[in-house]
Amino acid sequence: MLESITPLHIIFYIFAAIAFCSAVSVITVRNPVRSTLSLVVTFFAMSGIWMILNAEFLSLILLLVYVGAVMTLFLFVVMMLNIDKADEKKHNFVRYLPFGIIVILLLTGITVVTVGPKYFGLAEVPEPLPISADHSNIQQLGAVLYTQYVYPFEIAGVLLLAAIIAAITLAYRGPMHRKVQNPSCQINVRPEDRLRLIKMPSEPKQGTSP
Amino acid sequence: MISLTEFLVLAALLFGLGTAGIILNRKNLITLLMSVELILLAVNTNFIAFSHFLMNDTGQIFVFFVLTVAAAEAAIGLAILVVLYRRRGTIAVQNIDALKG
Amino acid sequence: MQNPLLWVALTIALLPLFGALVAGLVGKKIGKLWTHRIAITSMGVAFFLACYLFKVFIIDDHPLVEDSFYTWATAGLLRFDIAFLLDRLSVVMLVVVSFVSLMVHIYSIGYMWDDPGYQRFFSYVSLFTFSMLILVLANNFLLLFFGWEGVGLVSYLLIGFWFSRDAATFGSLKAFLVNRVGDMGFLLAIAATLMYFSSINYHDVFRQVPSLMNETLPLFPNYRVSVITTICILLFIGAMGKSAQVPLHVWLPESMEGPTPISALIHAATMVTAGIYMVARMSPLFEFSQTSLTLILIIGGTTALFMGFLAITQYDIKRVIAYSTLSQLGYMAVALGASAYDAAIFHLITHAFFKALLFLAAGSVIMALHHEQDMRKMGGLASYLPITYLTFVIGTLALCAIPPFSGFYSKDIIIEAVKLSQIPGAGYAYFCVLVGAFITPVYMFRALFMTFHTNDRVDLHIRDKIKEPSWVVWLPLILLAIPSIFVGQMLINKMLFDNPKLLGDAILVLPQHDVINQIATDYTGAKLMALQAGTTLAFWLAIAGIITAWFFTAYRPVWSQILKQRFAWIYAILVRKYGFDDFNQIVLVHGTQEVGDLCYEVSDVKLIDGVVVNGSGRCIRWLAQNARLLQTGYIYHYALAMVLGVLGFLIWYVMG
Repeated sequence: MLESITPLHIIFYIFAAIAFCSAVSVITVRNPVRSTLSLVVTFFAMSGIWMILNAEFLSLILLLVYVGAVMTLFLFVVMMLNIDKADEKKHNFVRYLPFGIIVILLLTGITVVTVGPKYFGLAEVPEPLPISADHSNIQQLGAVLYTQYVYPFEIAGVLLLAAIIAAITLAYRGPMHRKVQNPSCQINVRPEDRLRLIKMPSEPKQGTSP
Repeated sequence: MISLTEFLVLAALLFGLGTAGIILNRKNLITLLMSVELILLAVNTNFIAFSHFLMNDTGQIFVFFVLTVAAAEAAIGLAILVVLYRRRGTIAVQNIDALKG
Repeated sequence: MQNPLLWVALTIALLPLFGALVAGLVGKKIGKLWTHRIAITSMGVAFFLACYLFKVFIIDDHPLVEDSFYTWATAGLLRFDIAFLLDRLSVVMLVVVSFVSLMVHIYSIGYMWDDPGYQRFFSYVSLFTFSMLILVLANNFLLLFFGWEGVGLVSYLLIGFWFSRDAATFGSLKAFLVNRVGDMGFLLAIAATLMYFSSINYHDVFRQVPSLMNETLPLFPNYRVSVITTICILLFIGAMGKSAQVPLHVWLPESMEGPTPISALIHAATMVTAGIYMVARMSPLFEFSQTSLTLILIIGGTTALFMGFLAITQYDIKRVIAYSTLSQLGYMAVALGASAYDAAIFHLITHAFFKALLFLAAGSVIMALHHEQDMRKMGGLASYLPITYLTFVIGTLALCAIPPFSGFYSKDIIIEAVKLSQIPGAGYAYFCVLVGAFITPVYMFRALFMTFHTNDRVDLHIRDKIKEPSWVVWLPLILLAIPSIFVGQMLINKMLFDNPKLLGDAILVLPQHDVINQIATDYTGAKLMALQAGTTLAFWLAIAGIITAWFFTAYRPVWSQILKQRFAWIYAILVRKYGFDDFNQIVLVHGTQEVGDLCYEVSDVKLIDGVVVNGSGRCIRWLAQNARLLQTGYIYHYALAMVLGVLGFLIWYVMG
């Protein structure tokens, strides 16, 4: 087996280790900023692995879109919410922890066993043919995307539009620190709202005789 | 040559970590959203691995769309988080139990 | 279409019904006078027509007529026709029933005049007559049963006529329920008849009887009984209920709570004789089952004797006559058991007359004393109520079988017949009827002496007001006394010894059972029979009975007190009526109540309310309360649930 450890293998394992460790730190560190940054590192590592898999376009898109936009958004929100990392209490943590861990281990274990080399090893799923150096992955994707999958493409666009509207509607609170005129309120005002007339008897001034 | 198994195992491990993040975290909601991202990442890796080994473009196209939807979902999830923080003043998951029966 | 005679019969039956409907529905509006006029006129016309039929069928010897008026229902084998059978037996019964009913109607004018329910009474009495006539005229079991049930119902209504009295309502209910027990036997008999004979028409059944003689039915899985015997015994159970044989006799004494006219009509002359009539009508059936004849003999004998004993200890004048009726019904049953069906019917006829007479006379006494029924408060009434006294004496002499009154002929024939009968059980029955012949005069003359002779024990303030009641009361008494004297002499020849007999082929007697024929060889005519009475044991027993009664009641009344103390234990048994009522009350009534309570407590309250109704509610509430705990409100719990689901699915998928 040792003969078949190519340099590609080593690169793969390095990236895999980085990804694994940073994923662990995503879910374990207290500081939410550190957690978010760990996720960024995970994405970087996975991008490398995708590159090994000849998915050049997608790996770079992962970095540009995902890390560049989505994780930035995460960071914005984390910063904005001003989360105090000391604001935690331990409620019933110990009680459910073992059970949860066992469930996770079971789930992962079964999945790992299922994808074992028996059915997915090199003998069953052979290494694909090598591709030439100037094979364009983008072109390959584009040729399919705009012809066969054009409907999902368009719908994805609409989906993003819907997401924009939804996010804005949710977060927008209206004008908060500025004074704005509301013409319809101004027009509908009544005299009684502004002025109140009362009648009272006249009284002599203090200190003078009538 | 790296066999398919190794890629799939890596993806499975990431998936497990993501699930663990959802279940085992009580501290803040952001960790939950990030764990969802981890899961999606693992799934995408699976797709790309199969697409590579079976020499089929469909896997990569699917990843394309998964990325789109994941971005949209992250945006809306964060917006909801913000509104929730405004109303409750906390994003600790264990304090959000208004639906308790 | 049909024979005009059948239309006459239908008219006879429907006239009382018309009277009943008028009295019941518009009686209050038309007033008392018109109510009884209409009722009595209808009854009178019916009686007249019955006499006409009697002439046609018996004097002119018309053959039997049978046809259906209307097919009420058909269902497979069952054909329920409203059909009448006119033969000699039914015509004789028609005359007796309509005559006694007419007498009672007339009597009731006087007896019930002051009662607010006057019209209701007439309506019920006419309705009763209608039911009884249907019973007698029917040609199939089901129509007979209709009449049977009808008389039972009206008996209930009439016993409880004064329904505001507790004793009356209890008595009426008791009568109805005990009757019901008998009716159950009757219904089973009808069902068995339908099953084995495929018809409920009398003649169809009678024709098939010889061919079904050896047929058996499985009573228990490996115990078979003869079909004919089963049917006969079940029929007799029905007769036991209606004709008050032991042990279904318990209702008759309580039925004395009703007004005296109906005691005369229903519980002396007609309803209680329905059972006897039914058995006589079914003679072609009973003849082929000796077991059932034995049963009838034994039960009839027991009733005849032991009910007589009870009459000796009673103080209520109506109760004495009621127990006397029970005893005489036992005599009729004994006659039936000895295959002397003609004799039984003969005794039925004579008994109808003199028993109705006795009841009506007692009623006259009661009325004169302003509804006082206790004999200890009577005495010396002979001078105050001459007509009543005279007719009472005639009735008593007839009942005690003193020649030449009618009772003598019928009773003595029965005693002779039983003596000669070879059917097993006849010996016991003979002993019973013979001792009964001694007991009957004892209690009847005791009643006579206590009421009309001996010193005057009447309440002082009533004594001045005693007088003979009006003609509507004593006319029926006289009209009933005449047949009580003469009918026996007149009919005995025709009834028993002529060829063909009065009842002709309505009655079937097998040669080996034919005791009447044997008696016929010794028979020398009615008058000579009376003169030869001195040679019979029964006659001397009767004389001895009269002397005993006179001795203990009139001559030395103190000796009856001594006897009561010496034989206190016998007296106690007699007063408690052999414990039949106690048994019924404790075992049957209380037992049924306890079972009902048990059903209520356990199955109703505990089972249905507790387990099913409340239990299902509690179960669901428990389920909901526990399911509620799953909703914690924490997102990670929900996520865990999802993951568990995925895990489960994964395991199942991988393993499979």
